[in-house]
Amino acid sequence: MKRFIAFVTKEFHHILRDPRTLLILIGMPVAQILLFGYAITNEIREAPVKILDDAKDEASREITEKMVSSEFFSLAGFLNSEEEMESAFHDGITKMVVVFPPDLNTSLESGQSESIQLIADATDPNTANTLVNYVQGILSDYNKSNNIESLPIQVNIITRMHFNPSLEGVYYFVPGIIAILLMLVSAMMTSISITREKELGTMEVLLASPMLPGQIIIAKVVPYVVLSFLDALIILAMGKFVFGVPVNGSLLLLLSVSLLFIILALSLGILISTVAQTQQTALLLSLMALMLPTIMLSGFIFPIESMPMPLQVISNIVPARWFIVIAKDIMLKGSGWELIWKEVVILLGFALFFIAMSIKKFKVRLE
Amino acid sequence: MAKEPIVTVRNLVKAFGSFRAVDNISFDVFPGEIFGFLGANGAGKSTAIKMLIGLWRPSSGQATIAGFDIYRDTEKIKKSIGYMSQKFSLYTDLTIRENIRLFGGIYGLDRASIKRKTEELLDQLQMQKYATAMIHDLPLGWKQKLAFSVAMIHEPKIIFLDEPTGGVDPITRRQFWELIYAAAAQGTTIFVTTHYMDEAEYCDRISMMVNGKIAGLGTPDELKTGFDSSDMDEVFIKIAREGEVMI
Repeated sequence: MKRFIAFVTKEFHHILRDPRTLLILIGMPVAQILLFGYAITNEIREAPVKILDDAKDEASREITEKMVSSEFFSLAGFLNSEEEMESAFHDGITKMVVVFPPDLNTSLESGQSESIQLIADATDPNTANTLVNYVQGILSDYNKSNNIESLPIQVNIITRMHFNPSLEGVYYFVPGIIAILLMLVSAMMTSISITREKELGTMEVLLASPMLPGQIIIAKVVPYVVLSFLDALIILAMGKFVFGVPVNGSLLLLLSVSLLFIILALSLGILISTVAQTQQTALLLSLMALMLPTIMLSGFIFPIESMPMPLQVISNIVPARWFIVIAKDIMLKGSGWELIWKEVVILLGFALFFIAMSIKKFKVRLE
Repeated sequence: MAKEPIVTVRNLVKAFGSFRAVDNISFDVFPGEIFGFLGANGAGKSTAIKMLIGLWRPSSGQATIAGFDIYRDTEKIKKSIGYMSQKFSLYTDLTIRENIRLFGGIYGLDRASIKRKTEELLDQLQMQKYATAMIHDLPLGWKQKLAFSVAMIHEPKIIFLDEPTGGVDPITRRQFWELIYAAAAQGTTIFVTTHYMDEAEYCDRISMMVNGKIAGLGTPDELKTGFDSSDMDEVFIKIAREGEVMI
């Protein structure tokens, strides 16, 4: 135990004295969450929208009011006739035109269903889609306020965005950023720190000491477990206090799963360090074999459902994919153990597999 | 020397595929002796040391260190030896004091002993003033002396030095050897590899390794007489040439 403490102390010294390591550990989570939260969000704010109001009654005014007062739209003007529609988009600013049918209020009050036409600029299909979803959300709100007046539902909504009604992008990014950061800190940094000892020759001295190889490795990764955990907490706290991302489920459960994911990532890092002889190799291997799949194939940036079939199959062996599913479920849906146990078992399986692999590899190297 | 040997090596072999890095070597080292392990680069010195200290498993042959078998008792061996590797082996981003504390801790010394040892060591090396300096700010000669003292921190019976003086100027080498002598005078057995032939003269006995085999073994004088040479350089060149003829 004394050995262990002496060694862990040394490891913390390494980390705390290297400004670059510190920057990655503390700066990265903050920078990433701000970057994804503010800059690379796929949500749209203040989209210019034009209104062709053939109704000019209470209902159309209320809906227009709701749209314009929301943060998603801004009023770019009114159209007077359908003829103006074509040229409405030519200003290059207008993203959508909303057309209210005549006598909207009368129809609704008499209990009839009415259609509101949404014409979106689909030169950017993603934006168009998002805007249509926003309007649907607003109309759904409008429905609700009608329900309070105990009227039947009259504006038909086809889709409803569950769990994230305002479609805020940052909700999806938080679990993804946690996954990436934990991979980065736990896997990449441990693999580099172990290979550094090999490169410097200190590993040989350690192996010649009474410390057992297993002890050396565990003592080396302990600080990274602590720091990864700290990073996860930083991201969750920033998500909550800067972007208002809730943790609807059990925080304890979320942190336990994060710990499991950290252990998994560490075993991957150790595995890489048994193969790589130099820090550069370890860095490249981690980037290619861990970071890239974690970013591209985990569903963090690109939805898995919209990937081509072969990539969907491959995404199954990307551990981050399962972690992100669990984290989203706990954070946004408030799911408990009974809904996530399958994914947890998968993660556990990965972790055991990689630990077994690295123990085997490590032994071979010592022969 | 009628004492029991502290190191016994019999027919030790390390093969990598068909290449025999260490090819059937046998020798004894006695307590308190400075045993020089000489040879050109790639002659198999480091491979032999790595087997003796329990880092690598031999392909065949027998050896005991301080009475412990190198196959079965590697953990016990590791406790009774010190090792200083070819590459500089202290942590450069830790201070002198922190390095001493770390290795003291790794070798299982208690807090009081570590403290006592630290002061002793700093006095002995006259480095008190620099105790909180980072290792990477120190001159190479200092680092080497410090690495040696740190490898001796748990007062091992035998210390293995793998080319400890590589790349160091002659004056520092001289000083380094004074440390070795001091340790030997206190009864520590020194097992040192080098390819500096002048250092060979400092050893009690030397073994000359050529192509994985031991080509000569004895005191410096015995070797010089045996190979009819005036100094160790000549001995080495003659032995190396025979080695080539043997191939």
